[in-house]
Amino acid sequence: MFFGESRLVLGTGGANSLAALEEAITASGTELVTVALRRVDAAGPGLLPMLDRLGVRVLPNTAGCYTAGDAIKTAHLARDAFETDLIKLEVIGDERTLLPDGVELLRAAETLAGDGFTVLPYTSDDPILARRLADVGCAAVMPAGSPIGSGLGISNPHHIRLIRQSVEVPVVLDAGIGTASDAALAMELGCDAVLIASAITRADDPGGMASAMRHAVLAGRLAYTSGRIPRRHHALASTSDEGRAQW
Amino acid sequence: MRLTVNGREHVESGEMLSVAALVARLTEARRGVAVAVNGAVVPRSTWETSRLADGDAVEVLTATQGG
Repeated sequence: MFFGESRLVLGTGGANSLAALEEAITASGTELVTVALRRVDAAGPGLLPMLDRLGVRVLPNTAGCYTAGDAIKTAHLARDAFETDLIKLEVIGDERTLLPDGVELLRAAETLAGDGFTVLPYTSDDPILARRLADVGCAAVMPAGSPIGSGLGISNPHHIRLIRQSVEVPVVLDAGIGTASDAALAMELGCDAVLIASAITRADDPGGMASAMRHAVLAGRLAYTSGRIPRRHHALASTSDEGRAQW
Repeated sequence: MRLTVNGREHVESGEMLSVAALVARLTEARRGVAVAVNGAVVPRSTWETSRLADGDAVEVLTATQGG
């Protein structure tokens, strides 16, 4: 699967140096990191050589696109630049929320899936839109837990669980994770992976937070597959009364 | 020949310039670079044979950090 055994995709936005980013990548155990496409005169050198050296795969995104047309064009440029069919499809609705524009997103996803891309759409936590994206051929759906960079965690866990039940393709919780417990919750809700950028790259200690996220994701996944106990309204003694001394 | 390259005016003295030659002037990198001319992707395999013309708007893009 594209997200690898770590089940943690690292977004590279927000790191204040390549050295800090490298430390975060290594500590996170990620096998797949996002990159954006920008004009060569604006992009600093050294990112791709570093990613190659670390042996992580590149997941190009369409960050900054507001229309299906822009996103489709950017995806084709990214495929030519990075020689990968993977594309993190972002079609943003407005600057304030950075939430996806579902109509444009679905249109772009359908076109790109038809063009042979492995389309990984950043979507809202709407289970119906998630199903429509899967229906047009997306290889996964990536719902936002809360707005990009907000660190608010998963504002509607019920919807994330519904999405997991609505589609056959992998579900990757994308955006909103603030700390390790958010990542663990995403996995406990049944997500197959998480995508984390700001929570790691903007932490006081990106390497430390990357390591925390790595453990949280694995712990949450293991808790999910191990089958948690049902919630009850009253206590259930864990110690048997049988053989208790009588006074 | 006058081009617009990444939003800036770019003047070339010669009459003939390939996409490959323009890219070489802007960056040493090859992998991770993509080019669009007048809004259309120019595949890497055609950079050598694609000639730029007066008035072309060229975007030369590469990887940067982004989530």
